[in-house]
Amino acid sequence: MMRGISLHALEVSVPVGLVALWWYLGDTALTSFYFPALRDIWATFRATWLFARVGSDVVPTMTGIVLGYATSVVLGVTLGVTLGGFPRVNEFISPLLEFFRALPAIAAVPIFIVLIGVSLKMEVAVVTFAALWPILLNARDAVAGVDPVVRDTSRSYRIRPVDRLLRVTLPSASPQIVAGMRVALTQSIVIIIVSELIVSARGIGHYIQTAQWDFDITAMWSGLILIGLIGFALSKLFQAFEYKVLTWHRGLHGKAQR
Amino acid sequence: MNNALGSEKRAHLSDRPVSPPKIFVDGLAMSYATSNGSRTVLENVKIDIQVHEFVSIVGYSGAGKTTLLRCISGLERPTAGSVQFDGKAISGPPEKLALIFQDYGRSLFPWLRVLDNVMLPLRANKKMTAKQRAATAMAALDAVGLSEAVRQYPWQLSGGMQQRVAIARGLACEPEVLLMDEPFASVDAQTRSDLEDLVLGICRRYRMTTILVTHDVDESVYMSDRVVVLGGRPTSIAEFIEVDLPAGRDQVATKSLPEFIALRTRVLQAVRSVRHANGRPDRDGGGPTTVAGRNPDAGD
Repeated sequence: MMRGISLHALEVSVPVGLVALWWYLGDTALTSFYFPALRDIWATFRATWLFARVGSDVVPTMTGIVLGYATSVVLGVTLGVTLGGFPRVNEFISPLLEFFRALPAIAAVPIFIVLIGVSLKMEVAVVTFAALWPILLNARDAVAGVDPVVRDTSRSYRIRPVDRLLRVTLPSASPQIVAGMRVALTQSIVIIIVSELIVSARGIGHYIQTAQWDFDITAMWSGLILIGLIGFALSKLFQAFEYKVLTWHRGLHGKAQR
Repeated sequence: MNNALGSEKRAHLSDRPVSPPKIFVDGLAMSYATSNGSRTVLENVKIDIQVHEFVSIVGYSGAGKTTLLRCISGLERPTAGSVQFDGKAISGPPEKLALIFQDYGRSLFPWLRVLDNVMLPLRANKKMTAKQRAATAMAALDAVGLSEAVRQYPWQLSGGMQQRVAIARGLACEPEVLLMDEPFASVDAQTRSDLEDLVLGICRRYRMTTILVTHDVDESVYMSDRVVVLGGRPTSIAEFIEVDLPAGRDQVATKSLPEFIALRTRVLQAVRSVRHANGRPDRDGGGPTTVAGRNPDAGD
């Protein structure tokens, strides 16, 4: 318990300390054109992101992340569970999947731009493409690797197909699926910013890009900090989701360790 | 040793009364494809199990006990022959049959609470309402003495309690035949005898036909009406030993009866004699054991 509290304190105090240090150093002479004082960045941040450009830039970026990520979760779990359940189909299709997985999604952005045009649809497609693979492949492997005793139990107790899917296979695969979803979330954020950097008329990535063109270094920093904060918030949200979904898994694991 | 009592009263298939068997293993054969050809595990095995009978299946390890059980449960299709349930050859897991797995830790679903684990198979029964399903599951959990633990997750319970949940899940399906695959192999000795008595009581109360696969000779004699000894290589021999001990079994009293000791010796001798039936000594050394972990005729 004591260790839990002190770890928590550490988790909070390190970033707070670093920010304070940056703030302090910014007030001394240690600033330059490229490393503006945190005080200045904060002023820009407040003027830009609280909440002047939220509607024009934050909302489009977040929409792209949320829609693309949701699509990849639905598609990835559906396809992964299907492929995991049909080893023959999987064998046939798995080289193709390995090829796409190996492809850096960033390299596919220009293709999506040409195919779909610069639009929210394109961003959603790009995010989906980047986030799909970790989820799909993890779901597939988890379902293919369901404990044979679990399979035998379902068969011998004649558990209905729908229950077998929703109450046996999916929960049994959920720890691995959730792990894939965690990786996919990070990928989603990366890829949407990249696609906005390459070509876009709006979004946080576009804002940073324009700031760079204008040599507005302070604005660039403020955009960077915003992305960091969004990533941090999404990751915390995901942790809460994981904590709720995998309560049983933590309990089982904790027991096994004892 | 106890050969004074060993009058070799072996009941073979043909000697048994001709009432229709509940389960009839008819010339069952099972072989698996391996890297160098195929390996035959079972060959022409014939076993009949009567209604309400408690039968234990013993044999040296590798005798195909589990394979036989998997065929009877409908999880595996035999290469030849058939398993008949009430006179009809089965093609998959029969409805009125419940299988209790050895590894409760893997056969209970850790993501479901105890009650949900027991209720899950009942969802296939469309005639039952959710309330009836819950009531049936509760009654089954009550029968194994676990009505207090329904809201727990399986992994929060001890091994013996988890196996009781698994038994309750089987019971809730109201089976006519209960199949158990070394169900007490993963619990400690005290829990084991408690579970043995629990199962005996339940089987009598619900008048179930029960097949118990075990490697424990004492357990097979203590629990059964009849012991089936598997042997041969591949397994093609089934020897039947009637257990004519009084019905109300007791861990201490029954096990100290001279008849019990004689029967246990006979089962053990049968296991050993059929094991070498094909003149091929077995090298793996993993034979059946008694609770004490030694063979009563080891000094021979």
